[in-house]
Amino acid sequence: MGKKEADIRLNKFGTVSFAATTKVNDFIDYLEKDKVAGTKCKDCGLAFFPPRADCCQCLSDNTEWFEVSGTGKLVTYSKLKFAPVGFDQDLPYAIALLDYGDYKVFGRISGEIPDDDIKIGMEMKTVANRLPNEQLNYIFQKP
Amino acid sequence: MGKVAIIGVGQSAFVRQYPGSIRELAFEGFKDAMKDAQITTKDIGASVVCSAPEYDKQRSPAGVFAEYMGLNPQPTFYVESLCSSSSTGVRLAYSLVESGLHDVVAVIGFQKMSEISSAETQERMGRGADIQWESPFGTMMPAYYAMYARAHMEKYGTTPDDLSLIRVKASTYGQLNEKAVYRKPVTSEMLSDPENRMAGPVSSPLRVGDCCANADGSSCIIVANEEKAKAFCKKPVWIMGVGAATASVNLTGRDLFTGLKAATQAADQAYKMAGITAKDVDVAEVHDCFTIAEMMAYENLGFAEPGEGKELIQSKETYKEGSIPVNVDGGLLSKGHPIGATGGSQIRTIVLQLRDEAGDIQVKDPQIGLVHNIGGVGIYGNVTVLGR
Ligand SMILES: [Zn+2]
Repeated sequence: MGKKEADIRLNKFGTVSFAATTKVNDFIDYLEKDKVAGTKCKDCGLAFFPPRADCCQCLSDNTEWFEVSGTGKLVTYSKLKFAPVGFDQDLPYAIALLDYGDYKVFGRISGEIPDDDIKIGMEMKTVANRLPNEQLNYIFQKP
Repeated sequence: MGKVAIIGVGQSAFVRQYPGSIRELAFEGFKDAMKDAQITTKDIGASVVCSAPEYDKQRSPAGVFAEYMGLNPQPTFYVESLCSSSSTGVRLAYSLVESGLHDVVAVIGFQKMSEISSAETQERMGRGADIQWESPFGTMMPAYYAMYARAHMEKYGTTPDDLSLIRVKASTYGQLNEKAVYRKPVTSEMLSDPENRMAGPVSSPLRVGDCCANADGSSCIIVANEEKAKAFCKKPVWIMGVGAATASVNLTGRDLFTGLKAATQAADQAYKMAGITAKDVDVAEVHDCFTIAEMMAYENLGFAEPGEGKELIQSKETYKEGSIPVNVDGGLLSKGHPIGATGGSQIRTIVLQLRDEAGDIQVKDPQIGLVHNIGGVGIYGNVTVLGR
């Protein structure tokens, strides 16, 4: 029997990825199609972002994809002036959390938004993004 | 339920670059605690070794340390909860002794952070968060805590100047602690002067002066049952309460960003077990990896109402002479934060306080002390209540 090729799509996620294989690797396919997606448990209805293959509420692995759409409220953020190894070329950048009600999204604020325009509580949308090194992530923009 | 005591405490000096290997570093804390307890290795029934992995290359350090400390053939094992590893070790030692499985257990915490560069350290610490979904965005510990600082400032009007006061207090006592890595004074002016290194931005709104110093160090806590404690020790300090809780690693799983829920939950458990309230605590060590972390600790432990931590530091109530002295050994900010050794060092400070052996930093006649030790950004909350 031939060896099955490993599914390492998650290697594409972020400036530097730290994991290659997950059961929710389709997340990368959605990013390629300019979509940001989470999963929802088909048995109990719980929504997950980031996506999960397994539901911790009812132990089901019967999940479906949903697209992160509309806007979320900026919960909090911080702008980094010093970066961990591998992220120097991205500086400065801001990490942040958006609250969509049923779920939250952790990511980066678009570098095009001036510091003075960033306010806790503001509405922002989550947008798929291609990084200069051809990796994929998503960023928060003004709606 | 039998009583459980701490009969020996020790730590190495916390230094920028320890000139030896991890086993030699760990031996320093161990030797200090053994001399303090005045026991021999034959008296120790088991050892627990605590650190956060991937700073040095040794896998399974427990076996190596047991050999080097002369603790073969007694059982040994490794526990880890990031920056609260040695508090978790003491919690485990408590249960091993209380269950009757062992009479005396040594908890050895260590970290040699200088084996890697500062930027690599940030990367390692960042990987204590969610590597699958958060680390690819370039996260690091100061940035996560900065998100809490931002939310605290937004909700309660806390200012960078309030945070500076916590750094100033830490340096006041760091100067008195000969085992501290940072022994220079820090003033509020330094933190507000854009030309000063202390005011340099790290991750907004946190500045260089808001962050603790990396360090190499080791600590050791020797835990014993009541019978052995009374036989070996003139001034046993009793473990009155141990609390521990966890929170979602990924920030998307949390709903509070002005405090650490796992800290509050751990404190509630420890207070209940000890039969006390926050008002009964006479001296405390809290996990001030960043100035905002100490501010939130005041509120999460019940020393101040949510949002009122700033008044506590403004009025100097957490100084040695205040109503609730906090981190009068310099805290992580000045003493340094060798991850796996930190909890043990905090416990050592409180034990010395309760024995009236704390020297220059001795608080007047404390009966009950508390240790708050957090792993990651509030992932692991540990609170230990100690009494005379
Ligand atoms: Zn479910």
